[in-house]
Amino acid sequence: MKKVKVYVTLRESVLDPQGSAVMGALHSMDYKEVKDVRIGKFLELQIEEGTRDIDSVIKEMCEKLLANTVIEDYRYEVEEAVSK
Amino acid sequence: MKFAVIVFPGSNCDLDMYHAIKDELGEEVEYVWHDEKDLSGFDGILLPGGFSYGDYLRCGAMANQSNVMSEVVKAAEAGKPVLGICNGFQVLTEAGLLPGALLRNKNLKFMCRTVELKVVNNETQFTAGYEKDEVIQIPIAHGEGNYYCDDETLARLKDNNQIVFTYATDNPNGSIEDIAGIINEKGNVLGMMPHPERAVHELVGGSDGLALFKSIVKQWRETHVSHA
Repeated sequence: MKKVKVYVTLRESVLDPQGSAVMGALHSMDYKEVKDVRIGKFLELQIEEGTRDIDSVIKEMCEKLLANTVIEDYRYEVEEAVSK
Repeated sequence: MKFAVIVFPGSNCDLDMYHAIKDELGEEVEYVWHDEKDLSGFDGILLPGGFSYGDYLRCGAMANQSNVMSEVVKAAEAGKPVLGICNGFQVLTEAGLLPGALLRNKNLKFMCRTVELKVVNNETQFTAGYEKDEVIQIPIAHGEGNYYCDDETLARLKDNNQIVFTYATDNPNGSIEDIAGIINEKGNVLGMMPHPERAVHELVGGSDGLALFKSIVKQWRETHVSHA
């Protein structure tokens, strides 16, 4: 079993008003060193290893559903799932 | 003319759409559940507003994976009129039937009021009943109506006259070039954030949306019904 962490963020060219609002709040809290905030999504998937190549399966899922590549970028990490 | 109103879990403007077609236009209309696999019996497809799948992940993302969507794509390819309003517009962009995407409103607020819409292109089967540059009053109700596309796509939209509606005054969501509604290149798939189906009778505050539905029916009759 693999644990897959998928990070989805708005593309650089797309404005992120939520991120800007959070940055404004951080500035008002006197964290002036913050120069940009981008808010994204984090998804954690447990994937059973089968005959299909896990990378192509993840990429397919990201392109088809988890991210909209018109506005979002994605990246992912694959780890060994630790059984509880 | 027979319309399908596609119903996803979380659609909430399906009844308004149904009412507009049945009671105001007097045309045939049926609700079609999202897991149906056949739309061949319908002449026009309507994707209503709402919050399909609770807007989880992204608005329209999961609705786009429904069984019925491959049929909607088929209907669009066959040249049938396909109209997506609000969440329906979001679904059409997710499906790739329309370019671009709808982002969170720039002011991060859910906007619910009547806006002034300009009919930029009245040479479509959806807008033939309006004058060019006519300004109409149509309600909006959305939190993610900020239309976005890259520069290349925008240039293409302009070149092909695919921008159909813009906000005439006071853009409520920060959309690029004040875009409120666009059409595909072929001219049979229209997506728009405002709700014409909520403006079909004076009793509900205005009837400026009625001409849109009438335009669709008129065009269909002229194409499909032979005059004796």
